[in-house]
Amino acid sequence: MNRLAQAVVMLLFGGAIIKATLTDMFLRYVKEGLRPLLLVAGGLLIAAAVMTIWYDLRAPSAAAEQDDGHGHGHGHHEPRVGWLLLLPVLALLLIAPPALGSYAAGQAGAVVVNPALDSDYPPLPAGDPAPISLLDYASRSIYDSGKSLTGRQLKLTGFVTPGPDGRPMLARMVLTCCAADGRPIKIGLAGDTQIDAAPDSWVEVVGVYSQQVGKDPVNKADVAYLEVRSWQQITEPKQPYA
Amino acid sequence: MSPADNATTRRARYPEEIDWAATPGSVTPGMPAEQPAGVHASRIGSVEILAGLLLVLALFRDQVGGLVSGARLQTWTTVFVSVLVQAVPFLVFGVVLSAVIAVFVPRSFWAKALPRHPALAVPAAGLAGVILPGCECGSVPIAGSLIRRGVTPAAALAFLLAAPAINPIVLTATVIAFPGRPGMAVARGLASLVVAVAMGWLWLRLGKTEWIRLPHRPDLDDSAKARAFWAACRHDVMHAGGFLVLGAAAAATINVVVPAAWLQSLAGSPVLSVIALATLAVLLSICSEADAFVAASLSQFSLTSRLVFLVVGPMVDLKLISMQTGMFGRRFASRFAPVTFVAAILVGTAFGAVLL
Repeated sequence: MNRLAQAVVMLLFGGAIIKATLTDMFLRYVKEGLRPLLLVAGGLLIAAAVMTIWYDLRAPSAAAEQDDGHGHGHGHHEPRVGWLLLLPVLALLLIAPPALGSYAAGQAGAVVVNPALDSDYPPLPAGDPAPISLLDYASRSIYDSGKSLTGRQLKLTGFVTPGPDGRPMLARMVLTCCAADGRPIKIGLAGDTQIDAAPDSWVEVVGVYSQQVGKDPVNKADVAYLEVRSWQQITEPKQPYA
Repeated sequence: MSPADNATTRRARYPEEIDWAATPGSVTPGMPAEQPAGVHASRIGSVEILAGLLLVLALFRDQVGGLVSGARLQTWTTVFVSVLVQAVPFLVFGVVLSAVIAVFVPRSFWAKALPRHPALAVPAAGLAGVILPGCECGSVPIAGSLIRRGVTPAAALAFLLAAPAINPIVLTATVIAFPGRPGMAVARGLASLVVAVAMGWLWLRLGKTEWIRLPHRPDLDDSAKARAFWAACRHDVMHAGGFLVLGAAAAATINVVVPAAWLQSLAGSPVLSVIALATLAVLLSICSEADAFVAASLSQFSLTSRLVFLVVGPMVDLKLISMQTGMFGRRFASRFAPVTFVAAILVGTAFGAVLL
Protein backbone atom coordinates (compact mmCIF):
# COMPACT_ATOMS: atom_id res chain seq x y z
CA MET A 1 0.00 0.00 0.00
CA ASN A 2 1.71 3.20 -1.05
CA ARG A 3 1.28 6.61 0.48
CA LEU A 4 -1.34 7.74 -1.98
CA ALA A 5 -3.52 4.70 -1.33
CA GLN A 6 -3.10 5.24 2.41
CA ALA A 7 -4.16 8.84 1.99
CA VAL A 8 -7.30 7.77 0.13
CA VAL A 9 -8.17 5.24 2.85
CA MET A 10 -7.67 7.87 5.58
CA LEU A 11 -9.76 10.34 3.59
CA LEU A 12 -12.58 7.81 3.26
CA PHE A 13 -12.34 6.81 6.92
CA GLY A 14 -12.38 10.39 8.19
CA GLY A 15 -15.14 11.27 5.75
CA ALA A 16 -17.28 8.30 6.82
CA ILE A 17 -16.87 9.26 10.49
CA ILE A 18 -17.84 12.88 9.83
CA LYS A 19 -20.78 11.89 7.67
CA ALA A 20 -22.09 9.48 10.31
CA THR A 21 -21.71 12.19 12.96
CA LEU A 22 -23.42 14.95 11.01
CA THR A 23 -26.36 12.75 10.02
CA ASP A 24 -26.86 11.58 13.63
CA MET A 25 -26.30 8.00 12.44
CA PHE A 26 -23.52 7.75 15.04
CA LEU A 27 -26.18 7.72 17.77
CA ARG A 28 -26.81 4.08 16.84
CA TYR A 29 -23.28 3.19 17.92
CA VAL A 30 -22.03 5.55 20.62
CA LYS A 31 -23.14 8.16 23.13
CA GLU A 32 -24.13 11.61 21.97
CA GLY A 33 -21.34 13.20 24.03
CA LEU A 34 -18.77 11.78 21.62
CA ARG A 35 -20.00 14.10 18.82
CA PRO A 36 -17.34 16.86 19.15
CA LEU A 37 -14.55 14.31 19.60
CA LEU A 38 -15.67 12.42 16.49
CA LEU A 39 -15.77 15.60 14.42
CA VAL A 40 -12.27 16.61 15.54
CA ALA A 41 -10.91 13.09 14.96
CA GLY A 42 -12.51 12.91 11.52
CA GLY A 43 -11.06 16.32 10.69
CA LEU A 44 -7.59 15.22 11.80
CA LEU A 45 -7.84 12.09 9.64
CA ILE A 46 -8.76 14.18 6.63
CA ALA A 47 -5.96 16.64 7.42
CA ALA A 48 -3.45 13.78 7.61
CA ALA A 49 -4.73 12.49 4.26
CA VAL A 50 -4.49 15.90 2.62
CA MET A 51 -1.00 16.52 3.98
CA THR A 52 0.12 13.08 2.78
CA ILE A 53 -1.15 13.81 -0.72
CA TRP A 54 0.40 17.28 -0.59
CA TYR A 55 3.85 16.01 0.33
CA ASP A 56 3.56 13.16 -2.15
CA LEU A 57 2.67 15.50 -5.00
CA ARG A 58 5.22 18.11 -4.04
CA ALA A 59 8.14 15.73 -4.01
CA PRO A 60 7.10 13.05 -6.47
CA SER A 61 10.51 12.82 -8.06
CA ALA A 62 12.28 12.13 -4.80
CA ALA A 63 9.70 9.55 -3.76
CA ALA A 64 9.72 7.86 -7.15
CA GLU A 65 13.48 7.81 -7.19
CA GLN A 66 13.54 6.10 -3.85
CA ASP A 67 10.94 3.55 -4.85
CA ASP A 68 12.73 2.93 -8.11
CA GLY A 69 15.92 2.47 -6.15
CA HIS A 70 14.84 -0.28 -3.83
CA GLY A 71 11.12 -0.33 -3.55
CA HIS A 72 10.30 -3.43 -5.49
CA GLY A 73 9.34 -6.39 -3.41
CA HIS A 74 9.26 -4.29 -0.29
CA GLY A 75 5.97 -2.57 -0.79
CA HIS A 76 4.46 -5.01 1.68
CA HIS A 77 6.46 -3.47 4.49
CA GLU A 78 4.15 -0.55 4.31
CA PRO A 79 1.42 -1.17 6.86
CA ARG A 80 -0.53 -3.64 4.80
CA VAL A 81 -2.85 -4.15 7.73
CA GLY A 82 -4.11 -0.65 6.94
CA TRP A 83 -6.26 -2.14 4.19
CA LEU A 84 -8.55 -3.36 6.94
CA LEU A 85 -9.58 0.22 7.63
CA LEU A 86 -11.73 -0.09 4.53
CA LEU A 87 -14.04 -2.46 6.42
CA PRO A 88 -15.48 0.16 8.80
CA VAL A 89 -15.69 2.59 5.87
CA LEU A 90 -17.78 0.10 3.92
CA ALA A 91 -19.88 -0.75 6.95
CA LEU A 92 -20.60 2.91 7.66
CA LEU A 93 -21.21 4.06 4.09
CA LEU A 94 -22.85 1.02 2.50
CA ILE A 95 -24.42 -1.09 5.24
CA ALA A 96 -25.14 1.46 7.97
CA PRO A 97 -25.95 -1.20 10.58
CA PRO A 98 -29.08 -0.57 12.66
CA ALA A 99 -29.16 0.15 16.36
CA LEU A 100 -29.10 -2.85 18.69
CA GLY A 101 -32.50 -4.50 18.94
CA SER A 102 -34.28 -7.50 20.30
CA TYR A 103 -31.53 -9.99 19.42
CA ALA A 104 -29.06 -8.16 21.65
CA ALA A 105 -31.76 -7.61 24.27
CA GLY A 106 -32.34 -11.35 24.54
CA GLN A 107 -28.65 -12.11 24.67
CA ALA A 108 -27.56 -10.02 27.64
CA GLY A 109 -28.71 -9.85 31.23
CA ALA A 110 -30.93 -6.91 32.12
CA VAL A 111 -29.52 -3.75 33.60
CA VAL A 112 -29.49 -3.74 37.38
CA VAL A 113 -31.41 -0.61 38.27
CA ASN A 114 -30.16 1.47 41.16
CA PRO A 115 -32.29 3.10 43.83
CA ALA A 116 -32.56 6.88 43.76
CA LEU A 117 -29.54 8.50 45.38
CA ASP A 118 -31.60 10.28 48.02
CA SER A 119 -34.34 8.01 49.20
CA ASP A 120 -37.14 10.22 47.85
CA TYR A 121 -38.12 10.14 44.21
CA PRO A 122 -39.04 13.49 42.68
CA PRO A 123 -42.67 13.77 41.56
CA LEU A 124 -43.47 12.54 38.07
CA PRO A 125 -43.47 15.06 35.24
CA ALA A 126 -46.79 16.77 34.53
CA GLY A 127 -49.07 15.42 31.87
CA ASP A 128 -51.54 12.65 31.49
CA PRO A 129 -50.15 10.22 30.62
CA ALA A 130 -46.85 11.27 32.19
CA PRO A 131 -43.78 10.41 30.09
CA ILE A 132 -41.23 8.32 32.01
CA SER A 133 -38.12 6.45 30.94
CA LEU A 134 -37.92 2.69 31.29
CA LEU A 135 -35.02 2.99 33.75
CA ASP A 136 -36.87 5.50 35.91
CA TYR A 137 -39.99 3.35 35.88
CA ALA A 138 -38.06 0.21 36.85
CA SER A 139 -36.23 1.99 39.67
CA ARG A 140 -39.40 3.54 41.13
CA SER A 141 -41.28 0.31 40.70
CA ILE A 142 -38.71 -1.93 42.39
CA TYR A 143 -37.24 0.29 45.11
CA ASP A 144 -40.19 2.51 45.90
CA SER A 145 -42.87 -0.18 45.52
CA GLY A 146 -44.41 2.14 42.97
CA LYS A 147 -45.39 4.73 45.62
CA SER A 148 -44.61 7.63 43.32
CA LEU A 149 -46.30 5.86 40.41
CA THR A 150 -49.72 4.87 41.69
CA GLY A 151 -52.71 6.76 40.43
CA ARG A 152 -50.97 8.08 37.34
CA GLN A 153 -51.16 7.08 33.70
CA LEU A 154 -47.63 6.57 32.35
CA LYS A 155 -46.20 6.68 28.85
CA LEU A 156 -43.14 4.54 28.04
CA THR A 157 -41.28 4.33 24.73
CA GLY A 158 -39.25 1.32 23.67
CA PHE A 159 -39.07 -1.56 21.25
CA VAL A 160 -40.84 -4.90 21.47
CA THR A 161 -38.75 -7.90 22.37
CA PRO A 162 -39.90 -11.45 23.07
CA GLY A 163 -39.57 -12.35 26.75
CA PRO A 164 -38.34 -15.71 28.04
CA ASP A 165 -41.90 -17.03 28.06
CA GLY A 166 -42.51 -15.80 24.53
CA ARG A 167 -44.76 -12.94 25.65
CA PRO A 168 -43.68 -9.53 24.37
CA MET A 169 -41.77 -7.21 26.67
CA LEU A 170 -40.91 -3.56 26.31
CA ALA A 171 -37.17 -2.94 26.08
CA ARG A 172 -34.60 -0.31 25.46
CA MET A 173 -30.83 -0.71 25.28
CA VAL A 174 -28.73 1.22 27.79
CA LEU A 175 -25.36 2.38 26.53
CA THR A 176 -22.47 3.62 28.64
CA CYS A 177 -19.83 4.00 25.98
CA CYS A 178 -20.65 2.12 22.80
CA ALA A 179 -22.96 -0.61 21.58
CA ALA A 180 -20.47 -3.28 22.73
CA ASP A 181 -21.48 -2.59 26.32
CA GLY A 182 -25.19 -2.22 25.54
CA ARG A 183 -27.46 -3.82 28.14
CA PRO A 184 -31.21 -4.09 27.93
CA ILE A 185 -33.66 -2.59 30.37
CA LYS A 186 -36.80 -4.67 30.06
CA ILE A 187 -40.28 -4.02 31.37
CA GLY A 188 -42.78 -6.85 31.57
CA LEU A 189 -46.23 -6.18 30.14
CA ALA A 190 -49.18 -7.16 32.32
CA GLY A 191 -52.89 -6.72 31.77
CA ASP A 192 -55.26 -7.87 29.10
CA THR A 193 -54.16 -5.53 26.32
CA GLN A 194 -51.98 -7.58 24.02
CA ILE A 195 -49.21 -5.89 22.08
CA ASP A 196 -49.02 -7.77 18.81
CA ALA A 197 -46.37 -5.68 17.06
CA ALA A 198 -43.46 -7.63 15.58
CA PRO A 199 -40.20 -7.80 17.57
CA ASP A 200 -37.99 -4.73 17.08
CA SER A 201 -40.89 -2.43 16.23
CA TRP A 202 -40.94 0.74 18.30
CA VAL A 203 -44.04 1.39 20.38
CA GLU A 204 -45.39 3.98 22.76
CA VAL A 205 -47.19 2.24 25.60
CA VAL A 206 -49.62 3.92 27.98
CA GLY A 207 -50.31 2.04 31.18
CA VAL A 208 -50.39 2.07 34.98
CA TYR A 209 -48.16 0.66 37.72
CA SER A 210 -48.36 -3.07 38.28
CA GLN A 211 -47.18 -4.83 41.43
CA GLN A 212 -45.96 -7.82 39.51
CA VAL A 213 -42.16 -8.31 39.59
CA GLY A 214 -40.28 -10.90 37.55
CA LYS A 215 -36.72 -12.13 37.24
CA ASP A 216 -34.50 -11.87 34.22
CA PRO A 217 -33.49 -15.47 33.43
CA VAL A 218 -30.02 -14.43 32.30
CA ASN A 219 -28.75 -12.66 35.42
CA LYS A 220 -31.67 -12.88 37.87
CA ALA A 221 -32.13 -9.11 37.91
CA ASP A 222 -35.52 -7.82 39.03
CA VAL A 223 -37.88 -6.97 36.18
CA ALA A 224 -40.67 -4.45 36.75
CA TYR A 225 -44.08 -4.85 35.10
CA LEU A 226 -46.46 -2.33 33.60
CA GLU A 227 -50.18 -2.84 33.19
CA VAL A 228 -50.89 -1.87 29.60
CA ARG A 229 -53.93 0.28 28.80
CA SER A 230 -53.16 1.21 25.20
CA TRP A 231 -50.29 1.27 22.75
CA GLN A 232 -49.36 2.54 19.33
CA GLN A 233 -46.55 1.86 16.91
CA ILE A 234 -44.10 4.73 16.29
CA THR A 235 -41.01 5.33 14.18
CA GLU A 236 -37.61 4.69 15.75
CA PRO A 237 -36.52 7.73 17.77
CA LYS A 238 -33.39 9.60 16.73
CA GLN A 239 -31.72 8.58 19.98
CA PRO A 240 -32.50 4.84 20.14
CA TYR A 241 -30.69 4.17 23.42
CA ALA A 242 -31.55 5.06 26.97
CA MET B 1 18.83 -2.19 32.10
CA SER B 2 21.85 -0.30 30.89
CA PRO B 3 21.70 2.80 28.73
CA ALA B 4 23.29 0.79 25.97
CA ASP B 5 20.29 -1.55 25.99
CA ASN B 6 17.99 1.38 25.62
CA ALA B 7 19.95 2.64 22.70
CA THR B 8 19.60 -0.64 20.90
CA THR B 9 15.83 -0.58 21.15
CA ARG B 10 15.82 2.81 19.53
CA ARG B 11 17.74 1.54 16.60
CA ALA B 12 16.10 -1.13 14.55
CA ARG B 13 18.46 -3.91 13.76
CA TYR B 14 16.04 -5.68 11.52
CA PRO B 15 16.48 -4.63 7.94
CA GLU B 16 13.32 -6.46 6.96
CA GLU B 17 11.29 -4.11 9.11
CA ILE B 18 12.52 -0.95 7.52
CA ASP B 19 9.75 1.42 6.59
CA TRP B 20 10.03 2.14 2.92
CA ALA B 21 7.91 5.23 3.22
CA ALA B 22 11.21 6.68 4.31
CA THR B 23 12.54 10.14 3.66
CA PRO B 24 13.98 10.75 0.26
CA GLY B 25 17.63 10.01 0.15
CA SER B 26 17.85 7.54 3.02
CA VAL B 27 19.67 4.89 1.07
CA THR B 28 20.10 1.49 2.59
CA PRO B 29 23.20 -0.33 1.49
CA GLY B 30 22.93 -3.77 0.04
CA MET B 31 19.74 -3.08 -1.88
CA PRO B 32 20.70 -2.82 -5.50
CA ALA B 33 18.62 -0.71 -7.79
CA GLU B 34 16.76 -3.10 -9.99
CA GLN B 35 13.53 -3.71 -11.81
CA PRO B 36 12.31 -0.16 -12.05
CA ALA B 37 9.49 -1.27 -14.32
CA GLY B 38 8.17 -3.72 -11.74
CA VAL B 39 8.37 -1.02 -9.13
CA HIS B 40 6.35 1.25 -11.27
CA ALA B 41 3.66 -1.38 -11.63
CA SER B 42 3.47 -2.09 -7.91
CA ARG B 43 3.42 1.62 -7.09
CA ILE B 44 0.38 2.14 -9.25
CA GLY B 45 -0.92 -1.19 -7.99
CA SER B 46 -2.34 -0.35 -4.59
CA VAL B 47 -4.12 2.78 -5.77
CA GLU B 48 -5.55 0.89 -8.72
CA ILE B 49 -6.71 -1.98 -6.54
CA LEU B 50 -8.31 0.51 -4.19
CA ALA B 51 -10.06 2.34 -7.01
CA GLY B 52 -11.27 -0.91 -8.54
CA LEU B 53 -12.51 -2.19 -5.20
CA LEU B 54 -14.42 0.99 -4.50
CA LEU B 55 -15.92 0.98 -7.98
CA VAL B 56 -17.13 -2.60 -7.62
CA LEU B 57 -18.60 -1.85 -4.21
CA ALA B 58 -20.32 1.30 -5.44
CA LEU B 59 -21.87 -0.64 -8.33
CA PHE B 60 -23.06 -3.49 -6.14
CA ARG B 61 -23.93 -1.47 -3.07
CA ASP B 62 -27.45 -2.87 -2.78
CA GLN B 63 -26.19 -6.44 -2.90
CA VAL B 64 -23.52 -5.65 -0.30
CA GLY B 65 -26.10 -4.08 1.98
CA GLY B 66 -28.32 -7.15 1.52
CA LEU B 67 -25.52 -9.49 2.58
CA VAL B 68 -25.89 -8.36 6.15
CA SER B 69 -29.27 -9.74 7.03
CA GLY B 70 -30.26 -11.87 9.95
CA ALA B 71 -30.29 -10.65 13.53
CA ARG B 72 -26.97 -12.21 14.44
CA LEU B 73 -24.95 -10.77 11.58
CA GLN B 74 -26.66 -7.42 11.99
CA THR B 75 -25.79 -7.32 15.67
CA TRP B 76 -22.22 -8.29 14.80
CA THR B 77 -21.93 -5.40 12.34
CA THR B 78 -23.44 -2.94 14.80
CA VAL B 79 -21.06 -3.97 17.59
CA PHE B 80 -18.07 -4.00 15.22
CA VAL B 81 -18.82 -0.51 13.92
CA SER B 82 -19.57 0.87 17.35
CA VAL B 83 -16.34 -0.46 18.90
CA LEU B 84 -14.48 1.28 16.08
CA VAL B 85 -16.44 4.53 16.14
CA GLN B 86 -15.97 4.67 19.89
CA ALA B 87 -12.23 4.08 19.60
CA VAL B 88 -11.53 6.44 16.70
CA PRO B 89 -11.21 9.69 18.71
CA PHE B 90 -8.93 8.01 21.24
CA LEU B 91 -6.90 6.35 18.52
CA VAL B 92 -6.48 9.58 16.59
CA PHE B 93 -5.59 11.65 19.66
CA GLY B 94 -3.20 8.94 20.82
CA VAL B 95 -1.56 8.89 17.41
CA VAL B 96 -1.24 12.68 17.29
CA LEU B 97 0.20 12.78 20.81
CA SER B 98 2.63 10.00 19.96
CA ALA B 99 3.68 11.85 16.79
CA VAL B 100 4.29 14.97 18.89
CA ILE B 101 6.42 12.90 21.27
CA ALA B 102 8.26 11.28 18.38
CA VAL B 103 8.97 14.46 16.44
CA PHE B 104 8.80 17.53 18.65
CA VAL B 105 9.74 16.48 22.20
CA PRO B 106 13.53 16.29 22.44
CA ARG B 107 15.08 13.12 23.77
CA SER B 108 16.71 15.07 26.57
CA PHE B 109 13.26 15.92 27.98
CA TRP B 110 12.58 12.34 29.04
CA ALA B 111 15.99 12.03 30.67
CA LYS B 112 15.09 15.05 32.81
CA ALA B 113 11.43 14.21 33.41
CA LEU B 114 11.88 10.65 34.61
CA PRO B 115 14.11 9.48 37.46
CA ARG B 116 17.48 8.39 36.15
CA HIS B 117 17.34 4.97 37.77
CA PRO B 118 15.09 2.63 35.75
CA ALA B 119 13.68 1.03 38.90
CA LEU B 120 12.41 4.46 39.99
CA ALA B 121 11.36 5.50 36.51
CA VAL B 122 8.86 2.62 36.41
CA PRO B 123 6.56 3.82 39.24
CA ALA B 124 6.95 7.42 38.08
CA ALA B 125 5.79 6.49 34.58
CA GLY B 126 2.97 4.40 36.01
CA LEU B 127 1.71 7.33 38.07
CA ALA B 128 2.02 9.58 35.04
CA GLY B 129 -0.79 7.51 33.55
CA VAL B 130 -3.16 9.59 35.68
CA ILE B 131 -2.83 12.46 33.24
CA LEU B 132 -3.93 10.62 30.11
CA PRO B 133 -7.70 10.70 30.20
CA GLY B 134 -8.58 8.15 27.59
CA CYS B 135 -9.06 4.50 27.00
CA GLU B 136 -6.52 1.91 26.06
CA CYS B 137 -6.41 2.29 22.26
CA GLY B 138 -4.53 5.58 22.47
CA SER B 139 -1.86 4.46 24.88
CA VAL B 140 -0.31 1.80 22.62
CA PRO B 141 1.14 4.20 20.01
CA ILE B 142 2.17 6.58 22.81
CA ALA B 143 4.13 3.82 24.57
CA GLY B 144 5.78 2.97 21.24
CA SER B 145 6.85 6.58 20.79
CA LEU B 146 8.19 6.79 24.33
CA ILE B 147 10.44 3.76 23.77
CA ARG B 148 11.55 5.20 20.45
CA ARG B 149 12.52 8.43 22.21
CA GLY B 150 14.77 6.62 24.65
CA VAL B 151 12.46 6.05 27.62
CA THR B 152 13.33 2.78 29.36
CA PRO B 153 10.97 0.14 27.90
CA ALA B 154 10.05 -0.93 31.44
CA ALA B 155 8.80 2.58 32.25
CA ALA B 156 6.95 2.91 28.96
CA LEU B 157 5.24 -0.44 29.60
CA ALA B 158 4.21 0.61 33.11
CA PHE B 159 2.67 3.71 31.54
CA LEU B 160 0.97 1.59 28.87
CA LEU B 161 -0.68 -0.60 31.51
CA ALA B 162 -1.53 2.07 34.06
CA ALA B 163 -2.83 4.93 31.90
CA PRO B 164 -6.13 3.39 30.75
CA ALA B 165 -7.00 2.10 34.23
CA ILE B 166 -6.13 4.84 36.71
CA ASN B 167 -7.08 8.06 34.92
CA PRO B 168 -9.75 10.21 36.59
CA ILE B 169 -12.45 9.55 33.98
CA VAL B 170 -12.27 5.80 34.40
CA LEU B 171 -12.17 5.97 38.19
CA THR B 172 -15.13 8.37 38.25
CA ALA B 173 -17.07 6.01 36.01
CA THR B 174 -16.28 3.19 38.43
CA VAL B 175 -17.57 5.21 41.40
CA ILE B 176 -20.81 5.95 39.51
CA ALA B 177 -21.28 2.35 38.40
CA PHE B 178 -20.98 1.01 41.95
CA PRO B 179 -23.06 3.41 44.05
CA GLY B 180 -22.38 3.12 47.74
CA ARG B 181 -19.19 1.14 47.14
CA PRO B 182 -16.37 3.66 46.67
CA GLY B 183 -14.01 0.86 47.71
CA MET B 184 -14.38 -0.60 44.23
CA ALA B 185 -12.80 2.41 42.54
CA VAL B 186 -10.06 2.61 45.19
CA ALA B 187 -9.27 -1.08 44.83
CA ARG B 188 -9.30 -0.79 41.06
CA GLY B 189 -6.90 2.16 41.00
CA LEU B 190 -4.48 0.63 43.49
CA ALA B 191 -4.53 -2.86 42.01
CA SER B 192 -4.01 -1.54 38.47
CA LEU B 193 -1.10 0.64 39.55
CA VAL B 194 0.49 -2.27 41.41
CA VAL B 195 0.17 -4.57 38.38
CA ALA B 196 1.60 -1.91 36.06
CA VAL B 197 4.60 -1.21 38.30
CA ALA B 198 5.17 -4.91 38.96
CA MET B 199 5.15 -5.64 35.23
CA GLY B 200 7.63 -2.80 34.69
CA TRP B 201 9.98 -4.16 37.31
CA LEU B 202 9.55 -7.69 35.98
CA TRP B 203 10.54 -6.40 32.57
CA LEU B 204 13.68 -4.86 34.08
CA ARG B 205 14.67 -8.24 35.52
CA LEU B 206 13.57 -10.65 32.81
CA GLY B 207 12.70 -8.66 29.73
CA LYS B 208 14.92 -8.91 26.70
CA THR B 209 15.33 -5.90 24.48
CA GLU B 210 15.19 -7.96 21.33
CA TRP B 211 11.61 -9.01 22.09
CA ILE B 212 10.52 -5.52 21.19
CA ARG B 213 10.77 -4.94 17.49
CA LEU B 214 9.96 -1.36 16.79
CA PRO B 215 9.98 -0.87 13.04
CA HIS B 216 12.78 1.37 11.79
CA ARG B 217 11.24 4.73 11.00
CA PRO B 218 13.71 7.02 9.23
CA ASP B 219 10.83 9.34 8.39
CA LEU B 220 10.79 10.41 12.03
CA ASP B 221 14.25 11.94 11.66
CA ASP B 222 13.16 14.07 8.73
CA SER B 223 14.72 17.51 9.02
CA ALA B 224 11.37 19.04 8.06
CA LYS B 225 9.49 18.64 11.34
CA ALA B 226 6.03 19.14 9.85
CA ARG B 227 6.59 16.50 7.20
CA ALA B 228 7.91 14.08 9.81
CA PHE B 229 4.89 14.78 12.00
CA TRP B 230 2.35 14.03 9.30
CA ALA B 231 4.29 10.97 8.14
CA ALA B 232 4.21 9.66 11.71
CA CYS B 233 0.45 10.34 11.96
CA ARG B 234 -0.23 8.59 8.65
CA HIS B 235 1.85 5.57 9.53
CA ASP B 236 0.38 5.11 13.01
CA VAL B 237 -3.22 5.61 11.92
CA MET B 238 -2.86 2.99 9.20
CA HIS B 239 -0.90 0.61 11.39
CA ALA B 240 -2.60 0.87 14.78
CA GLY B 241 -5.95 1.43 13.05
CA GLY B 242 -5.63 -1.74 11.03
CA PHE B 243 -4.91 -3.79 14.14
CA LEU B 244 -7.77 -2.05 15.91
CA VAL B 245 -10.09 -3.27 13.14
CA LEU B 246 -8.88 -6.84 13.74
CA GLY B 247 -9.47 -6.50 17.47
CA ALA B 248 -12.90 -4.95 17.02
CA ALA B 249 -13.92 -7.80 14.72
CA ALA B 250 -12.81 -10.35 17.31
CA ALA B 251 -14.61 -8.52 20.11
CA ALA B 252 -17.81 -8.27 18.08
CA THR B 253 -17.67 -11.99 17.37
CA ILE B 254 -17.34 -12.85 21.05
CA ASN B 255 -20.08 -10.39 21.91
CA VAL B 256 -22.50 -12.10 19.55
CA VAL B 257 -21.42 -15.72 19.95
CA VAL B 258 -21.10 -16.04 23.72
CA PRO B 259 -24.46 -15.74 25.43
CA ALA B 260 -24.37 -14.20 28.87
CA ALA B 261 -26.51 -17.01 30.26
CA TRP B 262 -23.60 -19.40 29.72
CA LEU B 263 -21.51 -17.41 32.18
CA GLN B 264 -23.98 -17.50 35.01
CA SER B 265 -23.38 -21.19 35.64
CA LEU B 266 -19.82 -20.30 36.70
CA ALA B 267 -20.81 -17.57 39.14
CA GLY B 268 -21.20 -19.90 42.12
CA SER B 269 -17.60 -21.01 42.51
CA PRO B 270 -15.22 -18.38 43.91
CA VAL B 271 -12.25 -19.62 41.87
CA LEU B 272 -14.07 -20.28 38.62
CA SER B 273 -15.87 -16.96 38.76
CA VAL B 274 -12.57 -15.06 38.96
CA ILE B 275 -11.15 -16.97 36.01
CA ALA B 276 -14.36 -16.67 34.03
CA LEU B 277 -14.61 -12.90 34.42
CA ALA B 278 -10.89 -12.40 33.75
CA THR B 279 -11.31 -14.33 30.50
CA LEU B 280 -14.46 -12.42 29.68
CA ALA B 281 -12.61 -9.13 30.13
CA VAL B 282 -10.04 -10.26 27.58
CA LEU B 283 -12.62 -11.45 25.09
CA LEU B 284 -15.14 -8.61 25.29
CA SER B 285 -12.50 -5.86 24.86
CA ILE B 286 -14.75 -3.19 26.31
CA CYS B 287 -13.43 0.34 26.55
CA SER B 288 -12.05 1.01 30.03
CA GLU B 289 -14.41 3.95 30.50
CA ALA B 290 -17.41 1.65 30.20
CA ASP B 291 -16.35 -1.66 31.68
CA ALA B 292 -17.37 -0.70 35.22
CA PHE B 293 -21.01 -0.55 34.14
CA VAL B 294 -20.76 -3.97 32.56
CA ALA B 295 -19.15 -5.27 35.75
CA ALA B 296 -22.01 -3.77 37.76
CA SER B 297 -24.52 -5.70 35.65
CA LEU B 298 -22.74 -9.03 36.32
CA SER B 299 -24.58 -8.99 39.59
CA GLN B 300 -24.35 -12.69 40.38
CA PHE B 301 -20.59 -12.65 40.51
CA SER B 302 -18.58 -11.86 43.63
CA LEU B 303 -17.16 -8.36 44.04
CA THR B 304 -13.64 -9.79 43.90
CA SER B 305 -14.22 -11.44 40.54
CA ARG B 306 -15.72 -8.21 39.23
CA LEU B 307 -12.68 -6.29 40.46
CA VAL B 308 -10.46 -8.73 38.54
CA PHE B 309 -12.62 -8.03 35.48
CA LEU B 310 -11.90 -4.31 35.90
CA VAL B 311 -8.16 -4.80 36.44
CA VAL B 312 -7.61 -7.23 33.55
CA GLY B 313 -9.77 -5.44 30.94
CA PRO B 314 -7.74 -2.27 30.36
CA MET B 315 -4.45 -4.21 30.37
CA VAL B 316 -5.12 -7.32 28.30
CA ASP B 317 -7.84 -7.70 25.73
CA LEU B 318 -8.19 -8.83 22.14
CA LYS B 319 -7.85 -5.42 20.55
CA LEU B 320 -4.88 -4.53 22.78
CA ILE B 321 -3.11 -7.79 21.97
CA SER B 322 -3.72 -7.12 18.30
CA MET B 323 -2.43 -3.55 18.55
CA GLN B 324 0.58 -4.53 20.68
CA THR B 325 1.50 -7.22 18.17
CA GLY B 326 1.44 -4.58 15.49
CA MET B 327 3.40 -2.00 17.48
CA PHE B 328 6.01 -4.11 19.27
CA GLY B 329 6.04 -7.39 17.39
CA ARG B 330 4.71 -10.88 17.97
CA ARG B 331 7.55 -12.05 20.21
CA PHE B 332 6.76 -9.26 22.61
CA ALA B 333 2.99 -9.64 22.66
CA SER B 334 3.07 -13.42 23.06
CA ARG B 335 5.08 -13.03 26.28
CA PHE B 336 3.81 -9.76 27.66
CA ALA B 337 0.05 -10.37 27.38
CA PRO B 338 -0.11 -13.76 29.20
CA VAL B 339 2.17 -12.62 32.04
CA THR B 340 0.18 -9.42 32.48
CA PHE B 341 -3.00 -11.48 32.49
CA VAL B 342 -1.76 -13.72 35.32
CA ALA B 343 -0.34 -10.77 37.27
CA ALA B 344 -3.61 -8.85 36.97
CA ILE B 345 -5.62 -11.85 38.20
CA LEU B 346 -3.34 -12.42 41.20
CA VAL B 347 -3.10 -8.77 42.25
CA GLY B 348 -6.80 -8.15 41.59
CA THR B 349 -7.80 -11.15 43.69
CA ALA B 350 -5.49 -10.10 46.52
CA PHE B 351 -6.87 -6.54 46.60
CA GLY B 352 -10.40 -7.89 46.37
CA ALA B 353 -9.84 -10.16 49.34
CA VAL B 354 -8.39 -7.35 51.46
CA LEU B 355 -10.40 -4.29 50.43
CA LEU B 356 -13.83 -5.55 49.38
